[in-house]
Amino acid sequence: MIPEIGHFSLIVALFLAACLGLLPIIGAARNDAVLMAIARPLARGQFVFLTIALGCLVYAFVSNDFSVLYVAQHSNSQLPVVYRISAVWGGHEGSLLLWAFILGAWTLAVAIYSRHLPDEMVARVLGVMGFVAVGFLLFMLLTSNPFDRLLPAAADGRDLNPLLQDPGLVIHPPMLYMGYVGFSVAFAFALAALLGGKLDTTWARWSRPWTTVAWVFMTLGIALGSWWAYYELGWGGWWFWDPVENASLMPWLLGTALMHSLAVTEKRGAFKSWTVLLAIAAFSLSLLGTFLVRSGVLTSVHSFAADPKRGIFILSFLVVVIGVSLLLFAWRAPKVGLGGKFDILSRESLLLSNNVLLSVAAASVFIGTLYPLFMDALGFGKLSVGPPYFHAVFVPLMVPMILMMGLGPLARWKKIGGLELAKRVRWAFLSALVIALMLPFVMGTWTAMIALGLLLAFWIIATMLLGLRDRLLGRSDFLQRVRNQSLSYYGMQLAHLGVAVFIIGVTLVKGYETERDVRMDVGDTVSAGGYVFRFDGVREIEGPNYIGGRGHVVVTKDGQAVTELYPEKRQYNVSGMPMTEAAIRTGLLRDLYVSLGEPIPGSDGAWAVRIYIKPFVDWIWAGCVLMALGGILAISDRRYRIHSKRSGAKLGNVLEEKTA
Amino acid sequence: MMRFILPFVVFVVLAVFLFVGLNLNPREVPSPLIGKPAPAFVLPQLHEPQKNFSPADMKGKVWLLNVWASWCVSCREEHPVLMGLAQQNIVPIYGLDYKDSSAEAERWLQKGGDPYVLSVTDTEGRIGIDYGVYGVPETYVIDKQGVIRYKQIGPVTPDNLREKILPMVAELQAK
Repeated sequence: MIPEIGHFSLIVALFLAACLGLLPIIGAARNDAVLMAIARPLARGQFVFLTIALGCLVYAFVSNDFSVLYVAQHSNSQLPVVYRISAVWGGHEGSLLLWAFILGAWTLAVAIYSRHLPDEMVARVLGVMGFVAVGFLLFMLLTSNPFDRLLPAAADGRDLNPLLQDPGLVIHPPMLYMGYVGFSVAFAFALAALLGGKLDTTWARWSRPWTTVAWVFMTLGIALGSWWAYYELGWGGWWFWDPVENASLMPWLLGTALMHSLAVTEKRGAFKSWTVLLAIAAFSLSLLGTFLVRSGVLTSVHSFAADPKRGIFILSFLVVVIGVSLLLFAWRAPKVGLGGKFDILSRESLLLSNNVLLSVAAASVFIGTLYPLFMDALGFGKLSVGPPYFHAVFVPLMVPMILMMGLGPLARWKKIGGLELAKRVRWAFLSALVIALMLPFVMGTWTAMIALGLLLAFWIIATMLLGLRDRLLGRSDFLQRVRNQSLSYYGMQLAHLGVAVFIIGVTLVKGYETERDVRMDVGDTVSAGGYVFRFDGVREIEGPNYIGGRGHVVVTKDGQAVTELYPEKRQYNVSGMPMTEAAIRTGLLRDLYVSLGEPIPGSDGAWAVRIYIKPFVDWIWAGCVLMALGGILAISDRRYRIHSKRSGAKLGNVLEEKTA
Repeated sequence: MMRFILPFVVFVVLAVFLFVGLNLNPREVPSPLIGKPAPAFVLPQLHEPQKNFSPADMKGKVWLLNVWASWCVSCREEHPVLMGLAQQNIVPIYGLDYKDSSAEAERWLQKGGDPYVLSVTDTEGRIGIDYGVYGVPETYVIDKQGVIRYKQIGPVTPDNLREKILPMVAELQAK
């Protein structure tokens, strides 16, 4: 009964979404207040029914209802309850339901926090989001219904993929989807502006906080995924350039470009059509990511199902959504005009170059990911692109981008003197250079790549300190000055600091990691990076749905006990899949990482053991967290609070004029 | 006007490619090589590069040819399955190390264990083209006469090992 309620709710939600995708947009075109006004109630109704549907599926999982096909495929009665809940999004159908639910939640949020917007804008934005929801709900109901019954019911389920039975994976997909789907808000605002034909600076102002929130979720989602790969796959790597990882990186890069481009459009009225195009592209890549993951056109550790029927549906949906928006762009954008003028060297030009570099980076990831498909389709044979390609194109693009990232916040709008800027930053650059050249000697090994990475990181930090000094130090009261700076300024600096921390992590872990892959008998010791690891054997363990062995490794340094590590090797009962659970001692300056390889046949309890010392590896994720915190600070800024009525001399304050 | 329509044109081209790509399901087995003799090659061995290996050496035996690389992510997923299979001594697994540097390949095997009787190195990926390698990993079942009987694209899982590969190996060995 419960699954049927879920199924029925999905159908109701589809109906409401279809109304939402049509009526308010027609209303806005005809200036019909009634049709526009039903957008908000429809958005609320859609969310309610999506919540019921998701609740029904969660209930089916928690109550082990194996008469539901999707539950039987992705759960098992031995599975702990928390993983039964996360198994809801452990497969294709449930992921889609989560996608649609999150889209409904974003739509509801826009409906609630848009009281200060003109009615026709709200009607169009919610209408576009409703239209997107129609696509996903139709897809689910026609090709991938999570509530399909399995009759007679299975005695027990096939269990969740052991790779996904992990705390990190409980929250990674919802976070990432919040980001993917969140870009639909910026997309909807851009389309609403195109539909209304009013591409002024106000739409940029309205969509900025939404874009930033989506970007924050996406940053955290990607970081979580990378962290999971690090501790769960047992190989100590943190990014593999897998097609599905790339699918999340591309919209992130474009989303980053979009955030910066929106700032210019809002403040200076420039780059208008470029910003609109970025908003369309960021969401299009989110949709494309879904297509790549769900259609199985590319092989990847993540692809769950390769069903051509589903692929055709998503592709048609992509063609409709992206094709229509790009046609709309081609039709409306030429009338937009260029906006504020700026000099060849100005904050605008620096931001524009950053934008271009970020977009080129996204394009190069795109080409690398889809190249095998292109070549195959053209009949040039089957081939694959590995990390060497990505390293070769990504680093040269990021170096100039980071250099400009240091200059951007220091530069003035409109025009700056090149010489004046060079003079201002010379000490910052020199100190970064000296640190970058000297620090590797202190750390033990000097290589050009380490020095380059450190130079970039300390360049960001040095220019950041310079900017803070100029703003905070002076004749007047320091505390007063600290208070006078906007939260969004601090947010920007914090996010940039996050990039520096991230680069330090990447550089140092790549440059100084130690790996030992050894056969260890019981009682053997291995020393690595100043630490001594003693292997005390493996004893058998039994988990709720797996059996396995737990190793015991004692770590000492200079005779002092440091920690004890318990890496595991598991064999899951239902799927028979072997899994490695690495044991990691996390530290600010280094991680100690031990994972079990294979038992050595014919020996007395000896195992192949992998031992890694990973210096500064956690800085990679700490950097991502700082970036996300920076984003949160920026949207907490006073001027984004609802009903803020700051009369300003700034460009494009149509908003205030309308609401005041 | 033209420059504003450009994004749309680019997207249409992309959509056509994606549509064609849909019909080239990478996990299916479109290989025209099934039922045909395994393409011949002579390649240096990974551990002892002065020695060569050729499929002709395997006449009279049923064996698996597994295409792998140290840079390949899915191989990590597949690796423990192959290690388990190698320990059972049912069928010899030979590795084709595809477009890889030998140093990294050796480190990879030291790290995770070596399920292969031996691996050969295909640094340029030429042999990969002969075999129609799309993504790494891929696994071929080759019979006593040197004919390819089955091709697994993507990682070998305990399921398809149990249901497909091992029954086929047993059948071919009995012949």
